[in-house]
Amino acid sequence: MEEPRYTVPTMAELAAKGENPEILFWVGCAGSFDERYKRVTRAFVAILHAVQVKFAVLGIEETCTGDPARRAGNEFLFQMQAMNNIQVLNKYSLKKIVTACPHCFNTIKNEYPELGGNYEVIHHSTFLQGLIQEGRIKMKAGGSFHGKKITYHDSCYLGRANGVYEAPRAVLEALDADLVEMKRCRSTGLCCGAGGGQMFKEPEKGSKDINIMRTEEALLTGAKTIAVACPFCMTMMSDGIKSKEREGEVQVKDLAELIAESQGLSSKP
Amino acid sequence: MVQQLIFISALAIAIYFIRKRVLDIKANINLGKENKINDYTRKRFVSMILVAFGQKKMFKRFIPAILHLFIYVGFLIINLEVLEFIIDGAAGTHRIFAPYLGGFYNILMNIFESLAVAVLLSCLVMLIRRNILKIKRFWSSEMTSWPRLDANLILITEIALMFAILIMNASDQALQENNTNYTATGTLFFSSRMMPILRGFNVTTLIILERSAWWFHIVGILGFAVFITYSKHLHIFLAFPNTYFANIEAAGHLRNMPVVTGEVKMMLGLTTSNPAVSTEAPGRFGAKDINDLNWNNLMSAYACTECGRCTSECPANLTGKKLSPRKILMDTRDRMEEVRRSLKKGGAGLGDGKTLLGDYITKEEINACTSCNACVEACPVLINPLEIIIELRRYVAMEESGSPASWNSMFQNIETNFAPWKFSPADRFNWADDKKI
Repeated sequence: MEEPRYTVPTMAELAAKGENPEILFWVGCAGSFDERYKRVTRAFVAILHAVQVKFAVLGIEETCTGDPARRAGNEFLFQMQAMNNIQVLNKYSLKKIVTACPHCFNTIKNEYPELGGNYEVIHHSTFLQGLIQEGRIKMKAGGSFHGKKITYHDSCYLGRANGVYEAPRAVLEALDADLVEMKRCRSTGLCCGAGGGQMFKEPEKGSKDINIMRTEEALLTGAKTIAVACPFCMTMMSDGIKSKEREGEVQVKDLAELIAESQGLSSKP
Repeated sequence: MVQQLIFISALAIAIYFIRKRVLDIKANINLGKENKINDYTRKRFVSMILVAFGQKKMFKRFIPAILHLFIYVGFLIINLEVLEFIIDGAAGTHRIFAPYLGGFYNILMNIFESLAVAVLLSCLVMLIRRNILKIKRFWSSEMTSWPRLDANLILITEIALMFAILIMNASDQALQENNTNYTATGTLFFSSRMMPILRGFNVTTLIILERSAWWFHIVGILGFAVFITYSKHLHIFLAFPNTYFANIEAAGHLRNMPVVTGEVKMMLGLTTSNPAVSTEAPGRFGAKDINDLNWNNLMSAYACTECGRCTSECPANLTGKKLSPRKILMDTRDRMEEVRRSLKKGGAGLGDGKTLLGDYITKEEINACTSCNACVEACPVLINPLEIIIELRRYVAMEESGSPASWNSMFQNIETNFAPWKFSPADRFNWADDKKI
């Protein structure tokens, strides 16, 4: 299927026309640059377009929230990034920020307020859940995911860090899929291994890589789809599946991609 | 009269040692940085009642939670009996509450005995779990000989103390049969099981047995109370303030550094002076030693009872990395103790050439953390090992520029490209190109 074509408006363009979007979609660095996660960005944008949510992005005005710098200990760099982003965001009158990255979500929501940035921030899983509840995304029973086993890997920055456990599951259940849980899930979910700056360095010496352990737990469920809601989890779980040489039969997908697929919105990768 | 004097002296000695230790611990906690926590008093109070008093988080693991609950309830309720012990000991009376309570005294004593039996059995099961089943979290590398002995001493002492109550009550009941001078307690379900053996003893033996058990129990409790101040068992008191002062913000929020905010605002021309620096010289960025940590982080090290739930949930530890969140807390406490010992000997204290980071905790440990909050979530008394780890990382990154090379590259990428990867900021919006009309 051909991907629909449309414009992705920026905040600056809308502001010039004196308009305000319903949401600002904060794309994040992975969503902007990572080849795999760009597909999630496009899937989410396709959904926004299909359900006619008036949205905008910052485009090249967006920069790293500073999350990895702060977690790695570089508070100066984090605050430089934060202040710059807050200055940009405060130029516009924002109603709501939606992001597909739990790290961006956590930082803007919890750490920007004390630096002068106060916004309503939600993760795309919560946003998608809202669209489904409001009936703006219509899910049909017996769709392409009907009865298929899907397991959901909790992102630490969504789950333990912010208590968002149910929204991603509600989205998956709306797919009419058979949601199977790993032994460690929700508040005891095992990290993918990439948080706290680990994404940007080799792991310390140990007996196993964390993403391998988590991938094994996911494979134990027998699910052929591992649903994730975070760009770092996406990388770590995909790498895990590859190292187990199971990429032919098991796919790692973001919630937005699964919804887009069920709506017939996305082209093949 | 002699017995009363001995008792009062024993009590005074115990109080003297406990007071001395409490002051030392307080001084250690005060080595930490000031951190005013006076907000959300109601929310904090509720959290303390639910988590510390109500054991809410213990029940994530059912078996240890039940065993612990018996000991905890036993401790709370049996202390009422200790009150009678203390009055009897000081006043030279015997079972002073009995005449006032009448038939209720028998019920009360039966409740105490049931709890004593429950505590005894729970401690026994815990000893088995630690030493025979060798449950993994009790045998991690930081569980060296002292931490293991500490735990066993606590359990053995509690078993001995509870056993003493039962022997005391049994011999008392045997004496009541022989000698009407003894205050009637009525039949006590558990201890009366020992009566068939004790009936064979003469009165003198029974008196000696009863008194010995009484003295063993009360001196045991006083000695145990002193021991607790040196032990991980201190959690029975410090769990309460620790849950009260715990972080109530979203777990994902890291503590802001106002000093840095001031500097950054100056650099960006948003302000001309740094209000956070004011008159005093700015301290270190982050933490190298205990005095760089906040007082509540230091207190939490004394509130830790080394249960190891944090370590058993830590993804780094599970995959064989050196990091163990429990060790972070144990090291913090051990360093405080070392500094205190040095100061008491007139030594250099904090200036002894050693530091928490380096001599106790290595970079390899803190670099392995994924900041996933599993340890924070696992702690039954809301200790936050992650806060300490981040403070140590802050020191390494900002004072030493000693972060791993790949992190330094990541920092550089963010500084120059505004993304942690090496991409041109001009390309940030290219993902949308094939969407555009």
